[in-house]
Amino acid sequence: MSTRREALLWAAQRASAALLALCVVVHLATMIYAAHSGLGAAQILERTRGNVAWLGFYCVFLLAVVVHVPIGLRAVLSEWLGWRGAARDWLLAAFAAGLAWLGARAILGVFL
Amino acid sequence: MSTLKLRVWRGGPQGGAFQSFEVPRQASQSVLDVVTYVQRSIDPTLAYRFACRVGMCGSCAMTVNGVARWTCRTHVDRVCADGRLELAPLANLPVIRDLVTDMREFFDKWARARGRFEGRRTRRDDFERVAPDSEPRRQVDAAIECIGCGVCYSSCDVVAWNPDYLGPAALNRAWTLLRDVRDGARLERLRAVAGDAGCHSCHTHLSCSERCPKHISPTAGIAGLKRAAAAAALKGEL
Repeated sequence: MSTRREALLWAAQRASAALLALCVVVHLATMIYAAHSGLGAAQILERTRGNVAWLGFYCVFLLAVVVHVPIGLRAVLSEWLGWRGAARDWLLAAFAAGLAWLGARAILGVFL
Repeated sequence: MSTLKLRVWRGGPQGGAFQSFEVPRQASQSVLDVVTYVQRSIDPTLAYRFACRVGMCGSCAMTVNGVARWTCRTHVDRVCADGRLELAPLANLPVIRDLVTDMREFFDKWARARGRFEGRRTRRDDFERVAPDSEPRRQVDAAIECIGCGVCYSSCDVVAWNPDYLGPAALNRAWTLLRDVRDGARLERLRAVAGDAGCHSCHTHLSCSERCPKHISPTAGIAGLKRAAAAAALKGEL
């Protein structure tokens, strides 16, 4: 692993952490508001379907998750299991793709 | 006169066990005084390391009641409330005998982090003028007083997990050179300290900063190295 790639992965993880801090707060505030306002599933879907602003917000949220989580797991695998090298990175790339697919499904589920 | 119940780790690279001693308590007694008393009055075979006794040389660090400390400047009163003291060699370093550890890997890592000043000027050039209140100079001032005692290295969890990790002291040294405007090996040094065995492995646990007897914060220097390495990588310099 080149030092350049390590440094870029570090920068990507910090940048995605900053985005996550914002996204998680907005997401939780929205959930709490929805629950306290007594909104049901139908009323929530009414607000999210076709709403490009929510689509954009959750796409950014998903992107931050897809970048942040595999890089963090990479450090956990290295330090706890001593697993380093290309096989670990390919597995994490597949994991990131899985996260992206599941997240995109969920986002499209409430947008379309 | 009250006595101190002391447990001292005895052994070598193959292992060992704690041995108990009783040492008279005295006013203003340092932990190093206690070890010296044992060696000079009870058991002359006890191996330990010290030199200056005044907090300058960095050779007397040990694990005192589970925490790495410099023993010459640690008063017994400060670390021992119940009259019991347990002394062991520094963690994360191979033991040679009793309280003496092999510091070679610790100092080899300073070399691996390119911890040597590499000046750009020759003897024919004039002195470089460095303003004492400039930001780089103040950052160097905050980190330069390291005495190489190994307390930070012994306290670092990442060193325990990843034996290749350069450790707080070597990275702190690299940081002082990176901020030294006279130094001419910025990129080579960044390449040496970035990556899995370098600054990017630091988890910011702050154990090194909390325990450094010289009140240096290697964590702050390591964070600076991370930022510098990321900036260099984004510019395509690394």
